[in-house]
Amino acid sequence: MSLLRELARNKVLFLMIAPALLFFTLFSYIPMVGVYYAFTNYSFEGGLFGSRFVGFDNFEFLFGSGQLATLTRNTILYNVVFIVLGNVLQLICAVFLAELPGKIFKKASQSVMFLPFFISFVLVGAFVLNLFSSENGVIPTLLTQLGLPEYDFYMHTAPWKYIIVFFHIWKGLGYGTVIYLAAIMAIGDEYYEAAKIDGANIFQRIRRITIPMLVPTFILLILLSLGGILKGQFDLFYQIIGQNGMLFESTDIIDTYVYRSLAVNFDIGMGTAAGLFQSLFGLILVLGVNYVIRRTNEDYALF
Amino acid sequence: MKIKTEKSTLVFNAAGYTFLTILSLLCLLPFLVIIIGSLTSENEIIAEGFKLIPDRFSFDAYRAMFTNPIQIYRAYEVTILVTVVGTALGLFLTSMAGYVLSRKDFKFRNGLSFYIYFTTLFSGGLIPWYILIVNYLNLKDNYMVLVIPGLLSAWNLILMKNFMKSIPDSIVESAKIDGAGDFAIYLKLILPLSTPGLATIGLFMALAYWNDWFTANLFITSEHKFPLQFLLYKILASASVLKTNIAGNLSPDFKPPTETLKMATAVVVTGPIILLYPFLQRYFVKGLTIGAVKG
Repeated sequence: MSLLRELARNKVLFLMIAPALLFFTLFSYIPMVGVYYAFTNYSFEGGLFGSRFVGFDNFEFLFGSGQLATLTRNTILYNVVFIVLGNVLQLICAVFLAELPGKIFKKASQSVMFLPFFISFVLVGAFVLNLFSSENGVIPTLLTQLGLPEYDFYMHTAPWKYIIVFFHIWKGLGYGTVIYLAAIMAIGDEYYEAAKIDGANIFQRIRRITIPMLVPTFILLILLSLGGILKGQFDLFYQIIGQNGMLFESTDIIDTYVYRSLAVNFDIGMGTAAGLFQSLFGLILVLGVNYVIRRTNEDYALF
Repeated sequence: MKIKTEKSTLVFNAAGYTFLTILSLLCLLPFLVIIIGSLTSENEIIAEGFKLIPDRFSFDAYRAMFTNPIQIYRAYEVTILVTVVGTALGLFLTSMAGYVLSRKDFKFRNGLSFYIYFTTLFSGGLIPWYILIVNYLNLKDNYMVLVIPGLLSAWNLILMKNFMKSIPDSIVESAKIDGAGDFAIYLKLILPLSTPGLATIGLFMALAYWNDWFTANLFITSEHKFPLQFLLYKILASASVLKTNIAGNLSPDFKPPTETLKMATAVVVTGPIILLYPFLQRYFVKGLTIGAVKG
């Protein structure tokens, strides 16, 4: 009865939050029922409950064929490289931006580095096409001009790992630098003043003050990203690689696989199964990460 | 007395300038490459490929594009409409819900916050979401599908809630004593006090709508409903061709621009973001640093 009394007393507040609750119920909770597709051999006539129930067959196939192992490995490895390399570079940029003299230079370089954050991934696709296209890309053209042997990027898997990592770092550099820069600015000036009086040079000040003070932020950001390590950057991979099957071996991640199951192969059951695996495994990871953070520093725990 | 700069500082500065200059150039390079590509003559690209410094500049691609710009105009219309409606409506719903969740006297705020937060932890995945929208909501190829699924995001809502938590309770209390209703308090007091938060989250939303190509890719099939980024995607993938009126009056060695047209489309589609960039960046940096002070 207390619920009803509360509803009556705060009618307006409930009405104000109702659209949001309806939205999340409709677009987040109702689709959760749809994970049932993962246990069916989906047919378009049958729909949700008319399709044949196959139990764990889809999962058995995904695990047994080794497909899921490859997808998971790719997703995790890419994310680990993204997270570690990205954070280290952002940290270095922030340290330089905090310490260098030359206001105009700093402002300009910070603006330029933040620019990629604002553009769409389709434009990243345009860059890749322009730079690497086998027929007329800038880099193949440059190779020919320099008299080097021809190299068709779309026939080799090796370079794409680096291209994907490059564009991911490229897009996130400015954003992360701002976060770290804010953390550096929060360090009190008195530490630096005292160190200067004691004769510490700039490298010693960074090594002994800035870095140790940033370690908690660094670890926290890394841990938080670890929770999402199974979520792929669909936009990034799809715009760079697209439907280029030649390159899937080293560039296919769970999200691109799920997308293809839906849009190309129409394998609803298999795609949903891979998505459910990703969601569940991801949930366990977040809970694990949160547990670790809670043990070390309760203030930073997610929940 | 002049303070002598230490040698180590000089080394540090030199390293810093070099490092940041290289990274900045790498960040700019792709943009330059696209702009230069759009200004190269088609013949040169076909003969030799894109170059960093072309032998001959040419505005053919832009000229061709503006012989029949209806497709681009149309896509601009769709994108602007979707961005404006989506951001306005989304901001209204987000701020309203955020306000309710920030009210400390609202009994269910923790439970409902978790109800919303949980959607970031677990989801049914892409496919059930897609089937819901297509089979049950029948929104395929409907303009509304470009707006509705992006209206609210749990992250934005949480951010908004934290912004609003910083508004002192006493303001709400005194307004209540004066007999103001909850909605009036939200509209007349809370909204004006939350403008920095609204601006930041509004920019996040507008950027997401403007740059969205994925929703159209999944749900939009009629060409006249394509938003900008999806049109660009189709043109880049050579799945669609930008229509131009340059077929007739040609000398034999004239090639209609196709490769350069792709690059010119990329430039025209991205233009507004670059023009608004100084303004966007300022608000983002401000918002990020406020948001970073965790609530």
